[in-house]
Amino acid sequence: MSGATATSPLARVNPLAKFLVAAVIGLVLLFSLDWVSAAIALGLELMLLPFVGLAPRVLWRMLAPIVIAAPFAGISTLLYGRPGGDLLWQAGPWHITTDSVNLAIAITLRVLAIGLPGIVLFATTDPTDLADALAQLWRLPSRFVIGALAAVRMVSLMADDWRLLSLARRARGIADGQGPLAAITRLFSQGFALLVLSVRRGSVLATAMEARAFGGETPRTWARTTVFGPRDFLFVGAGVFLAAVAVTAAVVTGEWNFLVS
Amino acid sequence: MPTSQSTAGAHVSARGWSWRYGSRSRPTFRILDLDIDPGERVLLLGASGSGKSTLVAGLAGVLGEDEGHESGQLLIDGQPSRHSRGRVGLVLQDPENQVILHRVGDDVAFGCENLGVPQAEIWQRVRAALAAVGLNHALDHSTAELSGGQKQRLALAGVLAMRPGLIILDEPTANLDPDGVREIRDAVEAVALESGATLLIVEHRVDVWWDLVTRVIVLDSDGNILRDGAPASVLEGTRERLTEAGIWLPYSVARDSVARDSVTSAPAFASARTLAPLLEGSTLAVGRKTAGPAAAEDIAIRVNQAEVHAIVGPNGSGKSTLALTLAGLLPPVSGSVRASTELTANARGRHPIEWRSRELLTRIGMVFQSPEHQFLTGSVREELLVGPRALQRRGSRFRRSKEFSHDEEDFRLRIDELLDRLHLAHLAEAHPFTLSGGEKRRLSVATALATAPRVLILDEPTFGQDARTWAELVALFSELRDEGHAIVTVTHDERLVAALANFRTTLTAPATNTTANTTANAHPDGRGDANGNGDTGIRPVEATR
Repeated sequence: MSGATATSPLARVNPLAKFLVAAVIGLVLLFSLDWVSAAIALGLELMLLPFVGLAPRVLWRMLAPIVIAAPFAGISTLLYGRPGGDLLWQAGPWHITTDSVNLAIAITLRVLAIGLPGIVLFATTDPTDLADALAQLWRLPSRFVIGALAAVRMVSLMADDWRLLSLARRARGIADGQGPLAAITRLFSQGFALLVLSVRRGSVLATAMEARAFGGETPRTWARTTVFGPRDFLFVGAGVFLAAVAVTAAVVTGEWNFLVS
Repeated sequence: MPTSQSTAGAHVSARGWSWRYGSRSRPTFRILDLDIDPGERVLLLGASGSGKSTLVAGLAGVLGEDEGHESGQLLIDGQPSRHSRGRVGLVLQDPENQVILHRVGDDVAFGCENLGVPQAEIWQRVRAALAAVGLNHALDHSTAELSGGQKQRLALAGVLAMRPGLIILDEPTANLDPDGVREIRDAVEAVALESGATLLIVEHRVDVWWDLVTRVIVLDSDGNILRDGAPASVLEGTRERLTEAGIWLPYSVARDSVARDSVTSAPAFASARTLAPLLEGSTLAVGRKTAGPAAAEDIAIRVNQAEVHAIVGPNGSGKSTLALTLAGLLPPVSGSVRASTELTANARGRHPIEWRSRELLTRIGMVFQSPEHQFLTGSVREELLVGPRALQRRGSRFRRSKEFSHDEEDFRLRIDELLDRLHLAHLAEAHPFTLSGGEKRRLSVATALATAPRVLILDEPTFGQDARTWAELVALFSELRDEGHAIVTVTHDERLVAALANFRTTLTAPATNTTANTTANAHPDGRGDANGNGDTGIRPVEATR
């Protein structure tokens, strides 16, 4: 979590509440493939978006990947979706029908409606808070949770290592080969080198953690107490309500089609 | 201070302790007997490979039982060290790899949590520990934004919050610039005096700690105790033996340091003056990413043959970035690095960044700060063959250049010579990753030399080296310089600058307006001035004397 997201009111919501909301919306929208439920959910999410306290620029950087990816999911459905209804356009292996148009819209909206809350809620979650919540509220083993948390911090070091490895290979005179095969070979060997370096870093970190009594027999205490308070219940309730509105609208309009029966 | 940090210092003892790593035939320690009284402050010295880190890991209880064969005992207050978690705190060498959590306060609290300290008391201890090491950041400050020296102080605070009876520092300053060294030294002093904990410091830079410690223990290369006594008397009559073993002596003891003796001859100034620079950077701004912010700006630098140019300045001032840019590995953010016609020869352009990877090999060699990033193969010998083989590769346009037309037999000879010269011959078949720190450094220098580049660029070549390796490297660099190579070195090591550099470019801290300032280095014999006069021609040249 960067400075830009730390001030969001969402940063004060318990990570597990956020997880539950993202899960409820995601699951409910996976049960049906209609456009009404997805459109309603997405519409409500967009209405709430201004209240998360993030600058438009920050939001755009966060959401750009799915905003770009969603139409692609739609287009492939449009071209390759199961034909049905009236034929609108045909060329070679592609045919567009009214069914595939409906489905394409439904898929595009659905990717956005599931992705948007997932990304925004995850980006406003501090990994340390998430680890605290998972270990204290859900009683996941602390060795596993803390180990994973420490590993997350190493990811940024891996990016630096990767850049340095690329430069080092150029300096050693082996970065010239052209063509895709040479590129793949290089990528593979550099990836292996990164793996070796990361394992070495990891083992030093493990020693440092062990030297600070991590993994001993003494029952661990927690410096930060994670609280699941009224605010969090309210937040989960709001998420469930949003999902319920979307489903109800789809059922009422007769568009709801249960995928799992 | 809300609570007292004081704990009783721990008594440390080794009783007939021996240790042999599973992969080695020789034991690291045969029979070690040692007693350290509560509250003593001990400096542990020894050459590379004398087993200092092994002993320290054993005392900290982090030496895995499955890693080797052990007999005898290491005891902390009479308890086996493996069952003394929390009684012993360990600060390691590399600041990057021992930051555990994302926020300053959480990181310091980590050890207390593992020891089961009640929550309210944890935060009292965290605040007290941060105050003791002089870190005044907010508890939720990001650990990623700390400097190297601050990260080391953070690690010390994390250890201190556990209230250990024994604090061990394993080369805590090896990766720090002089400011960072001063920070951690002062923090350790404050902590030692306040907590009363027993202190055990392993370090090459003895000067830093000499006045703080009450006892010095010197290990020989077989893990036996060579000397043991008070700092004032411990070195009497053993100077030569210690020097031979590669142990750094404090400045006060080593009047004429090993360094001076080993510099064989002075630079060839007369010829250097008349020649054009091999590389020239002007109005240069450098950064890790071309689009990103510049790490340093407005740099003018000339790299002449047969000269040594030092790039100095605090951590984060862009020294390494400048080195990588000069080496043709990073494109400049703005400005340019131009190679002389002589250096360019038939390469692809005047700017090293345009050259092919193979074209760099005979022109500019770069030795990275961390040797591990450069290793590509499974043995020392193979590692040295990588460059020559790349030059030799058939079917490439480079064959016709004939700039490097040796055959395989020539390579072997050259590589055997390099192995001898850098004392790596006995390790020719060893895996590069299994070498000691000093050996890795020598190997990475050797890989660059294997293709005989005109310009050699080195990033912190003397970091964490023992005195003997240091002297050997200095001797090697001065030979290379006299052979006409241009050497550029990024360094914090004032001894290295004093021993070798004709010129120094000083980069300033990132917060201030970054400018580079090239000056002729005040050479011990004074010739640096004469040479610098008007020769850089870039900026008003000030002799530093």
